[in-house]
Amino acid sequence: MSTVDWKNYQPVLLPDIKDLYKIDIYTKNGGYEALKSILTDKKKWDGPKAVIEEVKNANIRGRGGAGFNAGLKWSFMPPADGGPRYLACNGDESEPGTFKDRKIFEYNPHVFIEGALIAAYAMEVTTIYVYIRGEYKSYIDMMEKAISDAYKKGFIGKNIFKSDFSVDFYVHSGAGAYICGEETSMLESLEGKRGYPRVKPPFPAQKGLWGRPTTINNIETLAHVPNVINKGADWFKAIGAENHPGPILYGISGHVNNPGVYELPSGIPVLDLIEVAGGMKNGKKLKAVIPGGSSTPILRADQLDGISMDSDSLRTVGSMLGTAGMVIMDEDTDIVDVLWRIAHFYHHESCGQCTPCREGTGWLEKILLKIKNGEGEVRDLDLLLDLTTQMEGRTICALADAAAWPVRFTINRFRDEFEARCTKKSHAVA
Amino acid sequence: MAYEFTKEDLKEIENIKAKYPEVMPATLPTLWVAQRRFGHVEPEVQRLVAATLGLPEAHVHGVANFYTQYYKVKKGKHVLDVCTCLSCQLCGGYDILHHLEDKLGIKAGETTEDGTFTLNQVECLGACGYAPMLQVTNDRYVNHLTKEKVDNLIEKLKNGEELEYEQIKMPQHKNI
Repeated sequence: MSTVDWKNYQPVLLPDIKDLYKIDIYTKNGGYEALKSILTDKKKWDGPKAVIEEVKNANIRGRGGAGFNAGLKWSFMPPADGGPRYLACNGDESEPGTFKDRKIFEYNPHVFIEGALIAAYAMEVTTIYVYIRGEYKSYIDMMEKAISDAYKKGFIGKNIFKSDFSVDFYVHSGAGAYICGEETSMLESLEGKRGYPRVKPPFPAQKGLWGRPTTINNIETLAHVPNVINKGADWFKAIGAENHPGPILYGISGHVNNPGVYELPSGIPVLDLIEVAGGMKNGKKLKAVIPGGSSTPILRADQLDGISMDSDSLRTVGSMLGTAGMVIMDEDTDIVDVLWRIAHFYHHESCGQCTPCREGTGWLEKILLKIKNGEGEVRDLDLLLDLTTQMEGRTICALADAAAWPVRFTINRFRDEFEARCTKKSHAVA
Repeated sequence: MAYEFTKEDLKEIENIKAKYPEVMPATLPTLWVAQRRFGHVEPEVQRLVAATLGLPEAHVHGVANFYTQYYKVKKGKHVLDVCTCLSCQLCGGYDILHHLEDKLGIKAGETTEDGTFTLNQVECLGACGYAPMLQVTNDRYVNHLTKEKVDNLIEKLKNGEELEYEQIKMPQHKNI
């Protein structure tokens, strides 16, 4: 049961304001007031720690997929020692089904820039990098322009609002690699190397970019910060689901009439969200939903009654919110084909560093291709399930898990369809 | 052929280096500068990047090979990267890919004989709501593809027309 009032919700992250991407329009609509407040209103904001406390109380759970409290993450940064400290903003979004952060780059880049500046102040960061996937060339250009405008207005640079806070802000373009969305791989890529994830510990807060304290946050996560500072943690917490509060950019794709990115409160019933996106295409029946990007376990239509888009509710049916990039599949969808395509993706994107992932993703794809082509045996399904257990939790980063989960859960939840495709008889008796 | 950066390129590379505390982080952006200048980053170009930054050739080679967007071999004038990943697969991405294969007379991964088009099948480009889609030469996205739209696109590219940025409005927005 969900009590989230989403029908009257008015977007705050991507409001319907013409030309909001222009810095003058943004400031006319209250932009950079939150930054000004924390830097100049010493009565209200008693230093960086007060900002971290407010953001921690708001419980902005990381919108990149892991769902970790952003303010709590900020509090892990060690005390400043006078050396450089970094904030790396993760705009690498590449998980199939996810296409939300590009909307911020396009329609409201300054709310993200302001959020990153507030985060930088709170953590006493000296340089901010925003890592944007290389394919987003158009958005990289938009961000370069927005950052340069903010420099010109004095919101970035030396002694912002005449305070003693100074920070630099740069765009770093990726060049095609899903793995660089993994936070430590992104740091390697920023350092100009192949995107191989790092062994943790040490965690980035201790040793991040160039061995210095670094925090990595998703773009949407940071974009929520100015509203939290302006309106307070309680305002944010009152929106949507209790344990996963605030507005969310839902990316809806697949077999719906009006796919796209929708800003709505967390905790919306999954089935309502499909209606928001115009309902099922061609009046077809719903077959399955992947709720938050390709690595989150798939759900059958019959599992969705009363389930809403927040981590607690999705957990009850064995899935996750992930990036809230929801993929909708109708009754004609060939689930075997879909799973093979997902396996192909993870095989292609495995960085090759850890053996269970490098070899495992290859085997998953090969066996699924065999089944897809009608050459599989029923025992291949159990081989696949066995493989997933040999990959999960045995690698440096979570890509192996991300590849294993869809295989395990899709087979378990659509076993009939897989068995029907396994037409080859095993153990022929002579 | 010996490759050389222009004065403007070298100035841009200096600006890039100023963004980081060390030289190595300039590897990816400098490879981008090189690819925009020469159209590819074949080994000779990788050597130029290494020499310009004062980094080992093996390092630049390793980086260039890790990332899919760098062209390690020469490509056609226009590179068509057709997404067939999850949402595009569901919405007909493979039909678009096969249509292009028939139209251009090549398979995915190949270049037309006249060197005008290279066709690739690629992984998720982050345009899932606007599927099926493709990207042209690491730059513009072309969304909501139909066979007719693909045919028009090929004509446009053949005629040397610039591709406009396709703005997609937020579904609930009226003003923007």
